[in-house]
Order: sequence, then C-alpha cells, then structure tokens
Amino acid sequence: MRVQASKKSAHPVLIFWLIAGWAGFVLLPWYGIEDGFFQFEWLLEGYPFEQDYAPAAFLIANGEKLWLAPLIVPLIAPLAILGRPKTDHLYAVTLVLAGGFGFAYLIAQGFGIGLRGYTFAWLSTLLGDLGDRQFGMGYGALLVASAFLFLFTQGIAAKGAVNGDVFVVGAIGGVVVIVTTFVFFPIAKMLTAAFITEDGGYSVAVFLSKFFDDRLWGLGCFGDGRCGAAWNSLFLAILVGIITTALGLVFALVVTRSGFRYKRALRALTVLPIITPPFVIGLALILLFGLSGSVTVFVADQFGIQPTRWLYGLPGILIAQTLAFTPIAFLVLIGVVEGVSPSMEEAAQTLRANKWQTFRTVSLPLMRPGLANAFLLGFIESMADFGNPLVLGGNFDVLSTEIFFAIVGAQYDQGRAAVLAIVLLFFTLSAFYAQRAWLGKKSYTTVSGKGDSGVHPMMPRRLSVPVLSMAAIWGTFTAVVYGMIIYGSFVELWGVRNTLTMKHYVTAFSVRLTESGIRWTGAAWDSFWTTIQIAAAAAPLTAIVGLVTAYLLTRQSFAGKDSFEFGTMLSFAIPGTVIGVSYILAFNVPPIEITGTGIILVVSFIFRNMPVGVRAGIASMSQIDKSLDESSLTLGANSWQTFRKIILPLLRPAILAALVYSFVRAMTAISAVIFLVSAEYDMATSYIIGRVENNDYGLAIAYSTTLIIVMLAAVGMMQILVGRTEIGRRMTQSRTNV
Amino acid sequence: MKSIKAMICTSALAMAASVGAAHADKLTFYCSAQEDWCQLMARSFEDATGIDVNMTRKSSGETFAQVKAEASNPKGDVWWGGTGDPHLQAAEEGLTEEYMSPMREQLHAWAISQAESAGNRTIGIYSGALGYGYNTELLASNNLPEPSCWNDLLKPEFKGHVQMANPNSSGTAYTTLASMVQLFGEDEGFEFMKGLHANINQYTKSGSAPIKAAGRGENTIGIVFMHDAVKQAVSGFPVKVVAPCEGTGYEIGSMSIIAGARNMDEAKKFYDWALTPEAQNLALQVNAFQVPSNVNAQTSDKAPDMSTIKLIDYDFAKYGSSDERKRLLKKWDDEVSTLPQ
Repeated sequence: MRVQASKKSAHPVLIFWLIAGWAGFVLLPWYGIEDGFFQFEWLLEGYPFEQDYAPAAFLIANGEKLWLAPLIVPLIAPLAILGRPKTDHLYAVTLVLAGGFGFAYLIAQGFGIGLRGYTFAWLSTLLGDLGDRQFGMGYGALLVASAFLFLFTQGIAAKGAVNGDVFVVGAIGGVVVIVTTFVFFPIAKMLTAAFITEDGGYSVAVFLSKFFDDRLWGLGCFGDGRCGAAWNSLFLAILVGIITTALGLVFALVVTRSGFRYKRALRALTVLPIITPPFVIGLALILLFGLSGSVTVFVADQFGIQPTRWLYGLPGILIAQTLAFTPIAFLVLIGVVEGVSPSMEEAAQTLRANKWQTFRTVSLPLMRPGLANAFLLGFIESMADFGNPLVLGGNFDVLSTEIFFAIVGAQYDQGRAAVLAIVLLFFTLSAFYAQRAWLGKKSYTTVSGKGDSGVHPMMPRRLSVPVLSMAAIWGTFTAVVYGMIIYGSFVELWGVRNTLTMKHYVTAFSVRLTESGIRWTGAAWDSFWTTIQIAAAAAPLTAIVGLVTAYLLTRQSFAGKDSFEFGTMLSFAIPGTVIGVSYILAFNVPPIEITGTGIILVVSFIFRNMPVGVRAGIASMSQIDKSLDESSLTLGANSWQTFRKIILPLLRPAILAALVYSFVRAMTAISAVIFLVSAEYDMATSYIIGRVENNDYGLAIAYSTTLIIVMLAAVGMMQILVGRTEIGRRMTQSRTNV
Repeated sequence: MKSIKAMICTSALAMAASVGAAHADKLTFYCSAQEDWCQLMARSFEDATGIDVNMTRKSSGETFAQVKAEASNPKGDVWWGGTGDPHLQAAEEGLTEEYMSPMREQLHAWAISQAESAGNRTIGIYSGALGYGYNTELLASNNLPEPSCWNDLLKPEFKGHVQMANPNSSGTAYTTLASMVQLFGEDEGFEFMKGLHANINQYTKSGSAPIKAAGRGENTIGIVFMHDAVKQAVSGFPVKVVAPCEGTGYEIGSMSIIAGARNMDEAKKFYDWALTPEAQNLALQVNAFQVPSNVNAQTSDKAPDMSTIKLIDYDFAKYGSSDERKRLLKKWDDEVSTLPQ
C-alpha cells in the first residue's frame, strides 16, 4: 500500500489541505467576527460583501487590504504539482516553498499591520502611512494558516524527513506551532512588557528599577519591617515542600507498611486537592481559627486566652497549603515506597540489620528520588497557589497575589506585574529544571520483574508510633476541615446565626418550572453552565493534544526531540497568574484577538493541563509493546492508521484519565481564569471569589460544595469506566506478549 | 462541499434581503458596583428598553485597567459605578467619551461638578462619605472605649484593632489618604497616617474588606465608606457606623461612556436611563445605601444622613489627577508603610 500510495498522483491529504486553503481564502470571512466565534449572524448581514465579514478574495477584489494579495501565489503554486509523484524533487520543493512562504507571510502581515496601521514605527517610516488597519484573524485566516502549515509539513515529509511520514511530520509541525503560539509567544510578550516605559518606549532602566524594588527583595523582616514578596514566596514554598513531603511520606508508610485497616479511605484522600475549589480550605480555616472562629472562641473561653489574628499571614497560608498539597506528595510517594524492592530489605535483614537500620540505610535512601520529586511538586504548587494567599494572606505578600494586585490595583502597572511574573517564573522553572536534570538521569529502579515476590516489612516500632499518630492527627484535621465546609454551607450566617438552612443552595441553584419549560432562576446557574461548557470543550482538546504529543515522544525519533519535550512540558511550571497576565498582553490585539471570549478560557485550560495529558499518554504508551506498531506498519498501514486503529483503542484508560483530569482542573482553576473571564463567560471560581469578597461566605461555600460533589461524580465515573477498560487491555497485552 | 456552501450563501443572502438589517440591539456594560446591584441594573435596563445587556462586574481599579488595556480596541460600551477617581483618570487619559445627558438638570450639584471637573466625560451617580465601623461585640469584649473621631483611632489601646485597605490597591484607601491630607493639611495628614499605621493590623487589598472582616468578627474597626458599614449592619452583623467628628471626605460613584464604544447609541440610552429616579431607586432593593444623584430618587432611612455629616470640600480634580495620586502614594509608601508596627 505504501508503495502504491507514493505512485498515486493525486494525494488525498494534499488535495484536502489545498481545498481547505482555498476555501479559507475565497469563502470564509477573513477577519474575526465581533459577535463571537460560534455566532453565525454574519451569514445574514451582508456576507460576502460587507467588509467586516468578507473573505480575503472579496476584499482584494474590492481593492481593500491589498497586503493580502501576495498570499495568492503560494495558494496557486501547489496546484501545479498536483499531477507529480511524491518522489519528484519538484513536488517537495514547491510544497516547502509555498507552505513556508505563505505561513511566514501570513504571520508577518498579521504582526506588521494592526489596529492602527503599521505596528512598528520603522515600517511607517519605510513605507509611509498605511491609512488602513486590520482586526484579529478569523475563520478564513485560521484555515489558510493551517493549510500553509500542512502543505509545508507535507513538503518536508516528501523530502524524506521521519521516513517520509506525512502524519508524523504534520503532527510535529502542528504541536510546535500551537505550543509556540499559546505558550512561548505570550511569555515572550510578557517579558517585553517588563521593559516598557510609561510613554511606550523600551528601557532596561525601567526593568531594573522594578526588579530591584524593595517590595520584592526587601529583607526588613530580619529587623522589624517586612520582607519582600519574592523572599516570602520562596520561604513559604520551601516550608510547604518540606512539610508536605514529610506528611506524604508518613501517609505512604501507613498505607504500605502498617496494619492500618482503612487504607482505601486514605487513598481516596488523594482525590481531594484535585476537586477542591482553591479557596475553600482558606474559608474553612477562617471559620475555625480566625479571630472569631469556632475553635478560637472555644479555646479563649476555656483558658481565658486573648484571641489573636495569628492565622492571617504565614501560618494560615502554610496550614492551608499543607492541607491542600499533602495528598499530592502522598500520591507521588506511595508509588515510590511501594516500588522499593522487598528483596533488598529482606537481604538487609538477613545480614542482621534490625528493622530500624534497614529502614534508615536501605529503604529510605531508595526513596530519595521520590522525596525530591514530592518536594519540588509541593514547591511549585505553593509558588503558584493563588486562592489561599488571597484569603489568608494578611500582610504576608506573596508573588502570585502581588501579580494580581499589580494589574487590578489602583496603581495598574502591567510592567510591575510582568517583572513579578518573571521572578515567579524563574523560581518555578528552576525547580522544574532541577527536577528533570537531577531525577531524570539516575536510576533507582529496584523492581526488576524477576522473583520479587517478597512482602514489605512492617515499620520499625520507633518509627511506627510517631508515624501513626501524625497520620491520625492530620487525617482527623483534614476530615474536620472538610466537614466544616459541608456544615458551613447549611448555616445561615456563620458565627452570628448558627441556624441550619437550605437558603444558600436555594439562592444559588433554585429552579422554577414554568409553561415554557425549566427556568434556571438561581444566581449561580449562569456561571455553572458556562464552567461546564468550557470545561467540556477543553477536556477532549487537551486529551488530543496531550496524546498526540505523547505518541510523538514515545514512538518517533526526530531531530530536536529533547527541546520539543521540554517545550511541551514547560507549561506545567508556569503559574496560572503568569499565564493569565501573559494571555491578556498577547491576545487582546491582532493578529490573535480572543480576550473576552470563551475561546481564550478553553485555550488557557488546554495548555495548562496538556502536560498531564502528555504524561498519562507516555505512561500508558510505554506499556504497549512496540511490536504492535511494527506489525501494523509491516502489514502496510501508515502511521496515522496505526495510531488510530492500534494505539488509540489501547489507550482508552489514559484518554479517560486525561479527559476527567482536565475537566476537573478546568472547573477548579482560578489563578489564570480570574484575568480572563468576561461578562458572557464567567466561571464558577471567579463567581465564588466575588461572593467571598462580598462577605457572602454561605453562598460561596454552598457553591463550592456543589462543585466538589459534581467533580466527585466525574472522578467516580472515571474510576468505574477505567476499571473496566483496564481489564480489557491486560488481555490484549498478554496475548500480544506471548 | 462547495455547492452546499454556495447554497447556504445564496439562501442567506436572500434572507438578509428580506429581513433587512435585523441587528439586535446590545450593550456591553462594565459594572463596578456590587454584584447584585449590577445584575439588577442590567436586567432592569433590558426590561425597560429591550436592549440585550452583556454585563461584567469588576472593581473600579480592575475595570480601569481593562478599559486602558482595550483602549486601542474597545470592547465595552458603558462603565457604571465604582469610586470616581478611576473614572476621572480615564477621562484625563481620553479613554472615555464626552456626553451631555438631557437628565443633567435633575441631578444634585455634586454630580454635575464631578462631570465638569472631567470635561463632561463622566458624571456622578451616587455619593458616599468616608467613615468607619466597628464590631460592637469585639469592642466590648476587649474593653475598648467607643471611638467617635478620626483621632480616637490613634489611641494606643486600639493597637492591632484597626484595618484599612492599602491605598496602592484600593480606591477607598486612597480616598482616605487624600481626605486626611485635605482635612488636616499635608504634614499633619501624614502624621495621622503614621500614627494610624501603628494601630493597623492589616492593609487589605480591597476597599470594603476591613468592614466585612469586622462584621465577621475577624477585625474590630474598619475604615471604609459608611454605606458599606451600614450594609453590614443591615445584614445582621454587629457593626456600628461612625461619622468622624472632625469631618470627612467622600466619593462620588461615577459613570462614563467608553471612547470609541461599538454600541454608542445604546450606551447613551443606558446613560440617560441610569440617571432617572426609577433606575436609581433600584439601589434600595439591593441594600446599597449610597446617596443617589437624582434629586427625585428615594434615599433609605438606614443610609447615613449626608446633611448631618461634616463634609470637607473634596478637590476631585486635584486629588483625582494621576500625578498627585502618584506623589501621595509614593510618599505614603516611603514614609508610612515602611515604619515598624
């Protein structure tokens, strides 16, 4: 089939993209429709002659936007080689040139000509005043750009890259372009914003003065003043990293090396941080330990102590983040603790080490990479956390919230926000890099698959007593906090009127049945449905991008694969506030103009959560034997057919996991979202923040509780579905392994 | 594929010809008042005019930031609510449109003077005086005297009991700073801020947060606009409102039309409507206790009576200008916020 395909003269993929390119140029509106991407009123309002809705071809024919005219050349050129075979040198060269030129020109004109004519002063001086302007790209431009991109990749493939595989080269090109557009471009835009002076010029001095600001790096807290936000963030993140790792280890030990009975319940704990809206824990802590919190008042009454505001500041954030992120450390460490080979420990004991020596000199060192990994995860999560510092911060300023207030505050300083974001990004990227550089290379694998049937020894007594008691204390504390959240949603006015009521749920989620059907009268429905829609739109896209990337990383080898991998995983280390700021800076002006739409929310979720999709994909793809692909290829399928018919079906659990994870994350995200929501697209979390700001804790907590239940249902459904498919996969695998 | 598209196009054209320009009227409405008030305004305007309203609620600082960011490509049409300074600043930077409403003759003098100081690019819709509120229960349990003047807040026994917002991030707190400067003179005013600093337990980010914390019992005294304090008291929290004896500054909640608005006609309709007594009476439904700018609108009996409060002659033009603002904020940053507490 392969041989045949290369002899056939008309290549379906090529024809498809040519048609797409021409359709985008001649049929679809070139510029973005103001009403929204999915609004089709433009069909009725003067299309195709009305200037706002006209396709590029009509614009040029009318003598407008003439700078689009050169695009015709690369659209025509490929028509000339339609009849030629793939192996023809001219075929490859034409496609590479046409695709490459078309794409580059499209981008150049998009950045060169904006809302006020030429974007760069030197263009105006060189070419004179343009006297015209253009808006953001729309369907037409988007389609033409994709057509050029894939013509280009087909040309590259025809030249013999990656064995001439059109699908793989196209996939690489596609991933590179979207990651560049939605990760690197906004970050670069933000970096430049840090250098912009008040009158619009660029200056290093501005950057330096903002960078060496005392509010950022001040060390006053060693005297009687306050420390800068950068030190605060760093100090907090290190503390949170250490404490969550220690607690995570404690729980992991309890589950694997003790006689504790309710291990399943402990494992269920790991789901909590994923499904908890970001500031709920902070609220619960205030209601418990604040100046008038239930516990504070009780203790004050019993012991006659003067209540204080100790919670606000470092202690409060520390407790909230420890509660939120310990389960993540637990999740990482449980795999590591289980992975330590019992035979090593048995060997140590045979050599007469006692249990404590075995643990200290054998088990613990083998867990080192897991501990480091857990620490770095805690560090990054704490750095990026926005909700808890917002509610509990007091006078303890941290970077993530400072960024927010630099943008929204009365001083409104995008440059300062950008500088703060750069510092934050520097910290998280360093941690991310350390994690990869340090852990990526060493092997601590002890499970070899051969004769490893031993059982983990119980913890030594001097370890088990403190470990079990710590686990019990912390477990109870977590349970109390979450119990308070549920209780709080039914209390009329916490601390003032403690009568039970359904009022908050009614306000948020009331429904009225009328003649014309159901009317969603509750205050929360709007943001709730928007959240569900956006999350549901983002989830499959995240899964697709993630899995295609994972496929390229595990199954294909190509030049620049390492930097490709780094680029795709990078967005994991970019805090949400940084994403939010950079997206506003990058996507409010043409060529890509999507602020205030639902698309920007979807896009931000895709690239925030993509690394998880990639990881899930890599994990399960490395479990699928490569011989499966090879036999499929040998039997004449191309790599697209192999991907679709062989790999995808085997990946169902990974797909489901990626789907649910990105769905749930999209529902609980706040840090990036708060910058990107608009009237039409208000998300649940930003609505809740609004209620919190308004002292409406009851409603905020009731809404959060509802979200927790919805997400719990989503996660539960995934568990059921994945449980089933996994059995199916194991059978396929065992069959193929024979 | 192509033929289907062509068919759709032709039929669409035919429909367009028959329907004519059936352009649904719509309005993008930036709102900087409280959420429920914003919702009510949006829905009521829809009911009154049939124009679709697309509302975004953000604080006045956030909205100003957004309007400025979108200046080259305005998305919003009208901006209603929030303290007047960002509106004045927007007017100063030419981000908002000049407009003379036919409703002007029905307005209080302070609302007109707000418009005049900004070249008619903004107008007053409500006003509120600065003051503070305290949690009566916490005050009693800490055996503290009842404060009634600004200078009472400097007493050492209030150490750790007073909260105000950070003037860098909150318009309310900046109004406080500017009011003290105007009330006591610049040097004395800064001495007051320094004395206050010693008693402050937290500079919050948002303007009304201190009184909300006081309501919940997380703080004793919060320096805020009085109508915010009244609202907490009405919601059932043990809060008492104080109009300081020395006199006080005030804000004028404002409204502006965004320059280059895409729906300019609808924006003007909203503008005129929002100045009517009917629109301004809506405030009472959502416990907003500001004083409305239309002389015929109702005021709540729970609202602080403006005639009994000593108001300073607040110079909005001067203290709303960005240069003066930057100077005062820098001075506060350098001289007050760095002091030990």
